[in-house]
Amino acid sequence: MQPAIAVTGLSKTYASGFAALSQIDLEIRPGEIFALLGPNGAGKTTLINIICGIATASAGTVLVDGHDNVAAYRETRSRIGLVPQELTTDSFETVWTTVSFSRGLFGKPKNPAYVEQVLRDLSLFDKKDAKIITLSGGMKRRVLIAKALAHEPRILFLDEPSAGVDVELRRDMWGLVRNLRESGVTIVLTTHYIEEAEEMADRVGVISGGRIILVEDKAALMQKLGRKRLVIELHSPIETVPDALGSYGLTLDAAGAELVYTYDTRGERTGITSLLADLKSADIRFRDLRTEQSSLEDIFVGLVSHRT
Amino acid sequence: MTMNTHAARAIYLFEMGRTRRTLLQSIVSPVISTCLYFVVFGSAIGSRITEVDGVSYGAFIVPGLIMLSLLTQSISNASFGIYFPRFTGTIYEVLSAPISPIEIMLGYVGAAATKSIILGVIILITAAFFVPLRIEHPVVMLLFLVLTAVSFSLFGFLIGIWADGFEKLQVIPLLIITPLTFLGGSFYSIDMLPPFWRNVTLFNPVVYLVSGFRWSFHGVADVGIGLSLAMTLAFLGVCLAVATWIFKTGYRLKT
Ligand SMILES: Nc1ncnc2c1ncn2[C@@H]1O[C@H](COP(=O)(O)OP(=O)(O)OP(=O)(O)O)[C@@H](O)[C@H]1O
Ligand SMILES: [Mg+2]
Repeated sequence: MQPAIAVTGLSKTYASGFAALSQIDLEIRPGEIFALLGPNGAGKTTLINIICGIATASAGTVLVDGHDNVAAYRETRSRIGLVPQELTTDSFETVWTTVSFSRGLFGKPKNPAYVEQVLRDLSLFDKKDAKIITLSGGMKRRVLIAKALAHEPRILFLDEPSAGVDVELRRDMWGLVRNLRESGVTIVLTTHYIEEAEEMADRVGVISGGRIILVEDKAALMQKLGRKRLVIELHSPIETVPDALGSYGLTLDAAGAELVYTYDTRGERTGITSLLADLKSADIRFRDLRTEQSSLEDIFVGLVSHRT
Repeated sequence: MTMNTHAARAIYLFEMGRTRRTLLQSIVSPVISTCLYFVVFGSAIGSRITEVDGVSYGAFIVPGLIMLSLLTQSISNASFGIYFPRFTGTIYEVLSAPISPIEIMLGYVGAAATKSIILGVIILITAAFFVPLRIEHPVVMLLFLVLTAVSFSLFGFLIGIWADGFEKLQVIPLLIITPLTFLGGSFYSIDMLPPFWRNVTLFNPVVYLVSGFRWSFHGVADVGIGLSLAMTLAFLGVCLAVATWIFKTGYRLKT
């Protein structure tokens, strides 16, 4: 299948001489939700801006549905909607005019019924005649989303959509994103809230220092990189970990009632079998066992700190 | 893909909407300043200088007066129109839209030029209350009106792209255009100057605009009408070339 977006050998050096992106290769599949994760300054916004035509690449190419984003910018840009990271809106326009303006700007004929639907989906319709300057920050964020959707894009970029957004709007937004995905829209989002990527994304890309460190199916990523914790609930609490078990790096939890063993699921052997055998020989009896998977956040922090 | 007319139209209407919000101020201020000019120049000075080139002084200054407003308003409207979205960041949307540089210019420059043409007509009507007006070559008059409005709106657009602060937005209209207009024979015939200063003045492009425009009204001119027209078109050509270069390189628009 042709990728929705294919980025090849993309580099960006700003006029200041700062290299924000180095040799990025990335493919976004049609219809997926792709989460781009990375710390501040990693180059997420730069990458999005280049794909959307706001910044120019220093090297490399971007294909959108097979069209080059420089040579065939009309084809590529008309497919893309962008919700920028910063709350940059007009002030004195009304919600209705600014959203209708976006639609026209992207070359679509007027369609009040569609604009109304977008505003309703974002609970903005009762504010349609309000001047944007009178809206709260969260409302402005909704306006930006409405503007991005006004021309019925096939690909939607959400650059840190959750920044400064309350729980309710976040829930609404994710509902909307899921609906869009249902209707076949490809979604690329950046976020600092890793639970979101974990909750929303089909695939996750990690970017740091202007390089893509990894791209993986979320499930596979969690499985592959995930460190697991084996929690052993003891019959009776102990005060110290017996010397005989010293090689496992165990820790005590719940006031000595739980032994915690951290292991890497990627390893040849997890060491669980021998641990259990050694527990038996040390005459430590246990009532129950459970495992806990580390979150994407743990994986992410592990990766980034490992690299830098 | 053909031209994105929806986009050019959207920008044009957006900009015109901005004008409509300040409609009163857009009409009232030129009317007031025109009246002031007539009181000061027409009556006070006109009572001493009765005729220039066989035209009453009051009627003589009308074309210059319109040119003065046309130049300053075209520049300030167009420069503000493009600078403001750059300043607030909303320009991101225009840059990410499937719209060509020409369409962007059509939208912004077209709206600014429209506004100045309307303004020119308002001043013309106001002037008609003060002096008997006669336009000998109405088609040429319209041609100059439109050409000047478009060229200087385009010039203003370029300033709006070049500027990286509000001061720079003001600096060219204030320090270059206004003096050039005043020194460009708006309120006098350059033939009234001593020969040396007359020759210096010929380096001032505004002279050609005012002269050509005046010719369309009164049939008299400081320089030939053909030369006036050629100079105006040349100015437009230079602005277009610079604009093309800006969009090719992304200068000041894209990082
Ligand atoms: N116009 C510019 N000129 C010079 N350097 C820039 C410019 N824009 C961004 N940078 C630098 O490029 C790097 C990447 O910035 P970018 O905004 O892409 O990061 P990001 O991943 O989006 O970060 P955040 O999570 O904070 O939004 C940063 O170090 C930033 O300082
Ligand atoms: Mg960013």
